[in-house]
Amino acid sequence: MFGYFLERFRALVLSVLLIACFALPAFAGPFEDAVAKFANDEFSDTAEAIEAVASSGNPLAFPIISALQEERLSADPESKKVFITQADGKIIDAATGAVVDKLPDNAASVRLNNRLRRTVEAALGSLTLLSPDPAKRVAAAQSVFKSHDENALPVVEGALAKETDKAAKQAFTEARAAIILFKSDASDNDKLDAVAVIKARGDQEALALLTSAGSDQPPLVAQAITGAISSIQSNLAMWSAVQNAWYGLSLGSVLLLAAIGLAITFGVMGVINMAHGEMVMIGAYTTFVVQEVIRTRYPGLFDYSLLIAVPLAFLVAGGIGVAIERSIIRFLYGRPLETLLATWGLSLVLQQAVRTMFGPTNREVGNPSWMSGAFELGQITITYNRLWILCFTLAVFVILLAMLGYTALGLEMRAVTQNRRMAASMGIATSRVDALTFGLGSGIAGIAGVALSQIDNVSPNLGQSYIIDSFMVVVFGGVGNLWGTLVGAFTLGIANKFLEPVAGAVLGKIAILVLIILFIQKRPRGLFALKGRAVEA
Amino acid sequence: MITQLTHDIARLSRRGWLAAAAGLVLGLASSPFSPAKAADDTIKVGVLHSLSGTMAISETTLKDTILFLIDEQNKKGGVLGKKLEAVVVDPASNWPLFAEKARELITKDKVAVVFGCWTSVSRKSVLPVFKELNNILFYPVQYEGEESERNVFYTGAAPNQQAIPAVDYLMKDEKVKRWVLAGTDYVYPRTTNKILEAYLKSKGVKQEDIMINYTPFGHSDWQTIVADIKKFGSAGKKTAVVSTINGDANVPFYKELGNQGIKATDIPVVAFSVGEEELAGIDTKPLVGHLAAWNYFESIKTPANEKFIKDWQAYTKNPKRVTNDPMEAYYIGFNMWVKAVEKVKSTDPDKVIDALPGIEAPNLTGGVSKMLPNHHITKPVFIGEIKGNGQFDVVWKTPGLVAGDAWSKELEGSRDLIGDWVGKKCGNWNTKTNKCGGQGS
Repeated sequence: MFGYFLERFRALVLSVLLIACFALPAFAGPFEDAVAKFANDEFSDTAEAIEAVASSGNPLAFPIISALQEERLSADPESKKVFITQADGKIIDAATGAVVDKLPDNAASVRLNNRLRRTVEAALGSLTLLSPDPAKRVAAAQSVFKSHDENALPVVEGALAKETDKAAKQAFTEARAAIILFKSDASDNDKLDAVAVIKARGDQEALALLTSAGSDQPPLVAQAITGAISSIQSNLAMWSAVQNAWYGLSLGSVLLLAAIGLAITFGVMGVINMAHGEMVMIGAYTTFVVQEVIRTRYPGLFDYSLLIAVPLAFLVAGGIGVAIERSIIRFLYGRPLETLLATWGLSLVLQQAVRTMFGPTNREVGNPSWMSGAFELGQITITYNRLWILCFTLAVFVILLAMLGYTALGLEMRAVTQNRRMAASMGIATSRVDALTFGLGSGIAGIAGVALSQIDNVSPNLGQSYIIDSFMVVVFGGVGNLWGTLVGAFTLGIANKFLEPVAGAVLGKIAILVLIILFIQKRPRGLFALKGRAVEA
Repeated sequence: MITQLTHDIARLSRRGWLAAAAGLVLGLASSPFSPAKAADDTIKVGVLHSLSGTMAISETTLKDTILFLIDEQNKKGGVLGKKLEAVVVDPASNWPLFAEKARELITKDKVAVVFGCWTSVSRKSVLPVFKELNNILFYPVQYEGEESERNVFYTGAAPNQQAIPAVDYLMKDEKVKRWVLAGTDYVYPRTTNKILEAYLKSKGVKQEDIMINYTPFGHSDWQTIVADIKKFGSAGKKTAVVSTINGDANVPFYKELGNQGIKATDIPVVAFSVGEEELAGIDTKPLVGHLAAWNYFESIKTPANEKFIKDWQAYTKNPKRVTNDPMEAYYIGFNMWVKAVEKVKSTDPDKVIDALPGIEAPNLTGGVSKMLPNHHITKPVFIGEIKGNGQFDVVWKTPGLVAGDAWSKELEGSRDLIGDWVGKKCGNWNTKTNKCGGQGS
């Protein structure tokens, strides 16, 4: 029933759209009646209103329907008036286009459900097939590709004929192929061409389309479809290996980021720092505070919030790190068991302190626009946040290496870890270096928190979920060796992601743990064992 | 070796312990509650919720809810002319500690009733204590069913009050043909998915159209699973995800869905553990249209609900504080307990337990819920779609109230069982053999 309605509605939209292209004057009465239906707060009435508005040819049709999609359309149930809140905050009457001062008190935004959302998308697709913006035309062609609605064929073909943009042309060609494949009276040759076009597209949507088109086709076409399906499937299987590798890299970068601070405090200094995860959490909460301030005071700066948060998180977490070292850890050097207990207690204190200050529930940290969304590379989807985190992790790693290798502080740090007494007798203030090293490790954990706030919950428990993984990476990679941490993190990430599709997430994780235990039996000092004096110290 | 160890421990008691113990003390002291004071003219109500550890994120709100309800009741003059007094303990997300704290509440503090527990494992952990010491537990969270105990009253949803109606909705309204059952790896998702799988198969869904996936607690790397869901959904049939993913793992899951561009119009996700509280931590714009099934939504407009929200926000002094389904379950449960106590004019657990079945209390969505002989209640079921502002928009609801089934009708072995503490005095009465006993406890 609904399918039939949708078909009829699309036909209507398109035919009227064609006429509207020739600048027919807008007809007033029925349009206003249709708009008023949005105020009834009934899904069936809203559906009728969308149909009528989309097919009205009125210049307000596009603003109304796009406002509906973005929850910017509100209606007053009493006066039956409908309003659009524009992106710039201006409010206009949807029926007349006149500017209104403010929304009536009892105006509520017009509700949608998924079915209506699909109707809205289809209507917008049809309304934007001839849009001047090529990106919108591509999106519109994509929605036609999905709906493969026969009635759109004339518009698609018309658009295709005069299309100059390469991407849009490709999208229209594919949309046309999708329609022809489902058209019952198309010739076999046309259909075979269509199958070839869709096969060339080769992604999951093409596969979905071909699979659903497989039944009741002429034998020749059916054969071509089967061939195309298996070729796309084998192609996708190849890509899935690439995808696993990418996911592994991405997971590895998260592990590395979480572990890299620990590689300093535990790896270089030998402090079993159970409060490491809480430094990560403090970094994430710093990001939250920065974003809150930006949201209330300088909303324009939101896209830079992470850049501002990184140095602040380093300072906050680093400062707390120095304070912890001075007040607790310096009394416990060389006593691992006590350090473990003390830092564990400390992690509880920090968690509860944050819980009391910010509440036990998750805090919302938004993604800046450049961290949201994804792009397609071949047949895999790469999300921007993961890509940026990978780049960021590598940058942090390189900076840290350079710092340890080429600065005076780095030299002192290495000297103190390798031979404390010798370093002291050379005039290095070892206790100051200890505090700074611990502060550096904590500060880097804070930076990690900024990045992890983009993919995980910002809650008092954030740190706990990373502490075990971090220790695993550092121990596996070899204590005291930054390169070991790097290799360890990426090895674990990639191994995990290749195991996960086969064994499932739960078994995969267990398998990784067992493998590490076996590995540590063989090589107790991890992948890259340190040699020389430092080991015995 | 041993001397070394003793030496270590000896030194430990000097400094390490001091630091660690100081940590613990500080941690506990900062929890916002004060120990109970003994007074004879009050009725004590135990509150057993984790205020620290992983579950604090969900359970702290419920602790506040009970304190709020007690406060409201005391303003009305209390119960039986006595004020109610809350005794709050913190089992710290530690399941064995739940049992210890429950024992402490009943034996030391002599509470008349306990409101508490979130996870099923914590409920199972305290069960023997409540049976042995014969006290009452009100449990407010949706759970997997397959249980009916004399001492426990379940005011959250059983699977037939949440999962089954949600699947029905997707089948009828969204014409879903392919199903991903994704959950966290523990008893609630596993049992619910077993029930759903049996139900889907009884509706003619084939094995190859069902994908079941479990992830560990706190799973944060969803790339592979979301890609798998995308792949599973591109088989040319309408696909939906039924999510029993618990707690913190939801935020990264939804973020990954949004980032990989899976929209609700393509593959809708219906969740049983995501409410207003969980959404408060996410930007919901990319999630608009994904679904949740509950017995209550904050956005439902009834006079009772509006008053509840207003009083709650005034009590917590936070005008943005949201309400959710387990809170409503407490609202109903608490009022039922008050009515039962007033009916028998006593807080004696045996009398109250016998009085509770049949007691009716209004819920916040305009209906009246009733306690059933199987210790579950009747509730309406709503399907809500996520909106851009972090609230839900109700798109469907059951025509009337649904009675909670303690034993699922979909599962072999539990099909013939009923809980009936009024007539049969038995939690697992087998209607085939007419005997008490069978599966379960």
